[in-house]
Amino acid sequence: MNTPGTPYIPGSTVNRLSAEHVTLAYDQRVIAEELSVEIPDHSFTVIVGPNACGKSTLLRALARMLRPSTGRVLLDGQAIHSLPARKVARTLGLLPQSSVAPDGISVGDLVGRGRYPHQGLLRQWSAEDERIVREAMTRTGVADLADRYVDELSGGQRQRVWIAMTLAQQTPLLLLDEPTTYLDIQHQIDVLDLCAELHESGGRTLVAVLHDLNHAARYATHLVALRDGRVVAEGAPADIVTAELVEEVFGLRCQVIEDPATGTPLVVPASRAARAGRGRAAGVSGTGVS
Amino acid sequence: MKTPTESRAVRMPGGLSLRLDVRALAVAVLLAAAALAAGVLLVGTGDAKIAPADVLRTLAGNGTAYQNFIVDELRLPRVLVGLLVGAALGLGGALFQAVSRNPLGSPDVLGLSQGSAAGALVVIVLLSGSAAQVTAGALAGGLVTGALIHLLAWRQGVHGYRLVLVGIGISAILTAVNGYLLTKADLVDAARAVVWMTGSLNGRDWTQVWPLLGLCVVVVPVVLGHARALRMMEMGDDAASALGVPVQRTRLVLMTAAVLLTAAATAAAGPVSFVALTAPQLARRLTRSPGPNLLPSLCMGALLLVAADWASQRAFGADQLPVGVVTGVLGGAYLLWLLVTERRAGRI
Repeated sequence: MNTPGTPYIPGSTVNRLSAEHVTLAYDQRVIAEELSVEIPDHSFTVIVGPNACGKSTLLRALARMLRPSTGRVLLDGQAIHSLPARKVARTLGLLPQSSVAPDGISVGDLVGRGRYPHQGLLRQWSAEDERIVREAMTRTGVADLADRYVDELSGGQRQRVWIAMTLAQQTPLLLLDEPTTYLDIQHQIDVLDLCAELHESGGRTLVAVLHDLNHAARYATHLVALRDGRVVAEGAPADIVTAELVEEVFGLRCQVIEDPATGTPLVVPASRAARAGRGRAAGVSGTGVS
Repeated sequence: MKTPTESRAVRMPGGLSLRLDVRALAVAVLLAAAALAAGVLLVGTGDAKIAPADVLRTLAGNGTAYQNFIVDELRLPRVLVGLLVGAALGLGGALFQAVSRNPLGSPDVLGLSQGSAAGALVVIVLLSGSAAQVTAGALAGGLVTGALIHLLAWRQGVHGYRLVLVGIGISAILTAVNGYLLTKADLVDAARAVVWMTGSLNGRDWTQVWPLLGLCVVVVPVVLGHARALRMMEMGDDAASALGVPVQRTRLVLMTAAVLLTAAATAAAGPVSFVALTAPQLARRLTRSPGPNLLPSLCMGALLLVAADWASQRAFGADQLPVGVVTGVLGGAYLLWLLVTERRAGRI
């Protein structure tokens, strides 16, 4: 395992999680072929791309949920599908896109379930479990809600509770599948701030699939842009987010300016008139503020 | 912090720790006690009445020869079959409902009962078989139907709704097959078949007790050992598998256990309707716990069946009803109530 703070060396194979030449398919429908992705250790990696580009599918493969038909996903140098589920769950956590909170479950109980991979028939609820669960709830700001029912919380609070559950799992790698979908804008930012905090303070590696390119560019330390099941670009947002890339990946004409709040790239879609004039005005990107 | 909902952690030196849901445990113990008490009452019930105290004395081996004969030979096996059948149906129902994540996912609705009935009818109508052969036929019918439902519902794993819908389809087909078999039967066979299909504990003896007991002794611990994994699966396959639960394997083991329990229970007593459907829901309302409530459901099933058998002998005057009639009437009323309350809660 790398010590926290080890810089990411592109092209090295020391990273804990990577996909090597994987082909991903549901039944006969192939989503991606020969896809290779490295998740830099200690990064906040965000995977972006248009709908159906295979970003959630890739995340599922990285989380051992989907077995690649060829190629392999490596976790600490071993094929992830050859490892027992429980062992993987102690290293890698996943917040799925859709989870169901059982009827009438309390916040504390749900967060406590994150301890499952560390427990056994004879070690069902140690003092350490209790401490870790309390800590996870404190870090996500839901400690006061411990005795409330999950059903009665707002969408934003509920997402914090689910994140607390994955934190209680205490994995150095944490994967989040569209954690901001269905949330109001203030809760989206709230959840992303929380993710950034977790990334900065714990030496954790975070991988998230996000819909919003501007959120991705603002929060990611490493961005992976997918289209049609292949990687179009990867790297730090400031290095790779350009008008050309956005047009190539999303088919959207835009200009990329500096985010006045953070200095990260900000994608501003071109006006309707400018987009209607596509073809005539080649190279409009990055120029001509309308 | 309060430990999650009413559960207490019991910690021992050496890192051993258990987590007990106090309320669920208390409910299970009380239900088991009630079921046993109802059993004692039932042993004393009949043409020759025996007081509960005498029943207990006889069970302890201190009864008169007459009491010994009535209790040990005639009534005890019947009551034990009732307890075991109820327990197996209660646990089987709880497993099906938890795996399908649907309160309607019960063996009655899924067509397992009809499968057992088809097996029994084939033996009765086409082969004119003995009672033991009918039992074997019912067992085979239930197991084959369980396997069939599982195969048809399987698509990258079994999913709740598909399981219920496939089960309803199979159930409809089997009901038609059973109707056809009945029309082919002569009057004597048809009467025998109809009694079997209602579900009855009449004339059950020790030959029904031992296999059922043996099965429960093997299957129940296996099921309880998977209870924690099943609890995780309530949150959806992805969440459970992210927590390290081997979802497909767990589901296969639990479905197989549920099919075995239900088929064996049905083979012993006929398709006693609605116990598997109601027991888990009633148990859940008592424990107020979201979990699958396996142990409370098991005890509730045993209590329901023995209580229904007692009612079928006592409540309707001289007419002794098959126990399946009583559970059917009570269970049907319960089902309507469930539909109404779920509708009010906006869940269906």
